[in-house]
Amino acid sequence: MVESPPDHPLIACHDCDLVYQETALPPGGEARCTRCGALLYRDTPACVQHSLAYCSAALLVFLLVNTFPILELETQGIHRNATLFGTALTLYQENMAPVAALVALTTLLAPALELSILCYLLLLLNLKRRPPGFAELMRLLQLVRPWGMVEVFLIGVLVSLVKLAHMAHVLPGLGLWSFGALILLMAASAGAFEPHEIWRQYEQCPNR
Amino acid sequence: MSKPLTATQMGLVQCQGCGLLCQAPPPEQDGFCPRCHAPLHARRPGSLQRAWALLIAATILFFPANLLPIMLTTSLGRTQKDTIMSGVVYLWVTGSWPLALVVFVASILVPFAKILALFLLLVTIQLRSDWAPLQRTRLYRLLELVGPWSMLDIYVLGLLVSLVQLQSLATVILPGPAALAFAGVVVLSMLSAMNLDPRMIWDPIGETSD
Repeated sequence: MVESPPDHPLIACHDCDLVYQETALPPGGEARCTRCGALLYRDTPACVQHSLAYCSAALLVFLLVNTFPILELETQGIHRNATLFGTALTLYQENMAPVAALVALTTLLAPALELSILCYLLLLLNLKRRPPGFAELMRLLQLVRPWGMVEVFLIGVLVSLVKLAHMAHVLPGLGLWSFGALILLMAASAGAFEPHEIWRQYEQCPNR
Repeated sequence: MSKPLTATQMGLVQCQGCGLLCQAPPPEQDGFCPRCHAPLHARRPGSLQRAWALLIAATILFFPANLLPIMLTTSLGRTQKDTIMSGVVYLWVTGSWPLALVVFVASILVPFAKILALFLLLVTIQLRSDWAPLQRTRLYRLLELVGPWSMLDIYVLGLLVSLVQLQSLATVILPGPAALAFAGVVVLSMLSAMNLDPRMIWDPIGETSD
């Protein structure tokens, strides 16, 4: 197995397989494939710090989202709350176990895994240490990312608000506001994350 | 470099785990990425067949998902069965047409267009067509972007079911059989798109330009 020489690294486009020679970019610049327009790599020297800031904030807000009710319904003295976990649990109780599992995966498990893996990897990289299990966790991150759908859930909450408005008094809970913040923070964390640079910094960390 | 070459033409393989460009392993032998130890494949074996199988299953489930009721509302002894489309109509006639539009796009238009687009991509890849590769790559990226939005109706259903269990109003909302089929359409079409490697769109182009 021969690696490309480190001084003239070759890289391939992820979407169309064309090979390029990596060159230094101007600050904040990005390299795109000339054939298919895919992003090859970006100049993001502070990628670890920025991404760590966003994902640790997102992890805290994620705890808030799961602690407080997202919607509160009040009618004739009866009070009901909807939480993320409660939504999945009710579907399970109504004999919709596969649907409940899908809701739990896309709104709880995938974002929780994504944020905790990111925080762990980036925190150790920021301390200039090689995180144990780095390669496996980076692959797990790739695997769970497409299944996190918190932004779609937020629109679902808004649709439910409108649908329920005629039959009861519905209030947005503290969880809903945290939800808005979570989506912005997760988007910022994903935007700041540059795998190419993360792998480079990992290789620069001293072994042990 | 005079003329740009693809990794396959240069005897190289891009690792799908970490993106490192590696020397292709000799034929009939397993190779592993020297950096992240993921198995190396020029193209994942059997991915096209898997994409086809998952897409056909998604297409079959698309019919019960849209024809069966997704939500059963029992109010004062009367049960009302709502399909996805009748939910959109309800939002429209009660005056919240922006939301009706959002739900229509997310629950009906996106899954339908996604299935059509996957058929188009898989047929052209299978025929090794060199037609409009850039546009087809863009279509693939769009698919990845809009895919999750079909989950919208499932979330609305879950929230309504967990909130509306009102004994005093004698109103109960229960999930209908279409919920299972619809969840199936979302998961299967996402898995099908994940098995589709966009580099397969470009493979025939490299061959003809030689």
